[in-house]
Amino acid sequence: MRLLSVLAVVWVVGGVALAQSPPLGVGRTPTPEEIRAWDISISPTGTELPPGHGNAKEGALVYRTKGCAGCHGANLTGGRAPVLVKAERPAGTDPWQLGRVLPWRAPYATIVWDYLNRGMPLNREGTLTADEVYALTAFLLFKNGVIAEDEVLDAQSLPKVKMPMRDAPAPIPEWKPHTSRLKGYPY
Amino acid sequence: MKADRRGFLKSGAALAGGLTFGAAAPATGQTPANGQTPKPEKFIKADKALVEYGERSHFVTSVRVPHPPGPGARPSPDEFGLSFHIASPLQEQTGIITPSSLHHVATTRGAFIPDIDPKEHRLMIHGMVDRPLIFTMDDLMRLPSVTRIHFIECAGNRSTPRAKTVQETHGLSSCAEWTGVLLSTLLKEAGVKGGATWILAEGNEEVKGTSSIPMAKAMDDAFVAYGMNGEPVRPQQGFPLRLMVPGFEGIFHTKYLRRIKVVDTYYTNYNEYGHLRQDAKDAALGYQIGPKSVITYPSGGQQLAGKGFYEIRGLAWSGGGAVRKVEVSTDAGKNWKPAEIRGTAYRMAHTKFTYNWNWDGTETEILSRCTDEIGQVQPTRAQVAKFFNVPADHEHSFNVPGNDNSIQPWRIARDGSVHNAIA
Repeated sequence: MRLLSVLAVVWVVGGVALAQSPPLGVGRTPTPEEIRAWDISISPTGTELPPGHGNAKEGALVYRTKGCAGCHGANLTGGRAPVLVKAERPAGTDPWQLGRVLPWRAPYATIVWDYLNRGMPLNREGTLTADEVYALTAFLLFKNGVIAEDEVLDAQSLPKVKMPMRDAPAPIPEWKPHTSRLKGYPY
Repeated sequence: MKADRRGFLKSGAALAGGLTFGAAAPATGQTPANGQTPKPEKFIKADKALVEYGERSHFVTSVRVPHPPGPGARPSPDEFGLSFHIASPLQEQTGIITPSSLHHVATTRGAFIPDIDPKEHRLMIHGMVDRPLIFTMDDLMRLPSVTRIHFIECAGNRSTPRAKTVQETHGLSSCAEWTGVLLSTLLKEAGVKGGATWILAEGNEEVKGTSSIPMAKAMDDAFVAYGMNGEPVRPQQGFPLRLMVPGFEGIFHTKYLRRIKVVDTYYTNYNEYGHLRQDAKDAALGYQIGPKSVITYPSGGQQLAGKGFYEIRGLAWSGGGAVRKVEVSTDAGKNWKPAEIRGTAYRMAHTKFTYNWNWDGTETEILSRCTDEIGQVQPTRAQVAKFFNVPADHEHSFNVPGNDNSIQPWRIARDGSVHNAIA
């Protein structure tokens, strides 16, 4: 009897799983406004970018008025917070040796926008307007020699910025269950 | 009070001498007839707080320490009350469970601990799903749950010549019992659309830390945890909800989990940017923690009383599954003997091992080596250096790529003092 009921449970659960699991009916549907407000992760294609725009000149002003220089240094280096400009080295230096500098090493400009928007300024995260984030992104990319000073960044142009390290990183490893990380390493 | 106690002991001895219950008489006059320990001179007075939530003996002083050690390191807390990385005292841990109060802490960058009201907390699942959903904590409590023992280890948990104790070399790994809802349950509730290959997990701390996690892992064994060691997850560990990604680097175990977005591309947000590598071999060693073990007794900074018997004890774990075998060497790696695995070797969990050892009093090095269920073996630093063509004279200074899972040697000096042999 006990075995039978166990088998019945297995059969039912298995059947449900195979039938693409009709919902248990817990949870509610978010409103489009809720989704829009929370959907702050920016993909490399920039799908989630909001309206707005800015250039490096405007960004330089934001950098000063929002207190960025206080932690990152007036010249984007020398402060307590991470350096924001690549190291000066002779031409031909391996680009990986120019520092782990976000607006230089990031393979997509969207990463810079995303991080400024979610993580800056320290203790006032999420207070920058979209225009300010576009302008700051433009300023940091200009200072690293990626774009021109008057180039305007917005939801269309930002994802098209060709970052210097775009193709430099190794491919993301594919993960599979019950699989070793790297064949032959070093055992 | 003291006189009373002596009187008690004397009468106890007299009773023991005068009565026989068929048991052997006590060897000394110090033991009362009922075989219990003498009445203590001091008591811990129970107050309301102690009745309600117990605490350890004040003789037990094991504490976490800011990591990394030494001058110039980033302090926790810092002048603003932010904490960065805090290491667990593995040298004093008994068994495989790290007490919640001593579980290591790591933050994406220095972070305040969000003070989240669980009644206000929400988890949203959206993106490439048929039915976007928002769950309250009460909603999650209604769903089928799992309870599993898992380690969490920070990718920065590495032994350096500067580190003296196992807390400093390995204290950014901890193990707890976690309870929550399988992510596959939630994703089936929402209905994942075809072509979805990644999920984004986002926390509700001020930086809104986000990680891309392969869909295969999300559907395999990831879960959203509301319980830790029998009570709600602690604030430093992500209260009220933490994503568990068993065996992956700690950073993927998103604290204060507020959002899962189902996507078809690697998002390369800030956490992923930190994972990008120049070399494919190097990149492959990210994400999943390799097979790893460390001897916690005797370990760096401890002192052996003299030659003779010692039970060597330690912890082993792997992101690849359960620990299948642990070996110990007591002669600097020349010979390896199987250690005993004590208790159950759970998947992606700290596993206790022991090895009976008679120290002959000569200087030596003791090491442990872990093999996991998929056959991965913990390497020596020399083996890793050779694999990556690092010159032998740089062997001790180079960083093992990915999470450093290399073998930790402890040197036992003739005077019984124990030292980090990487130094």
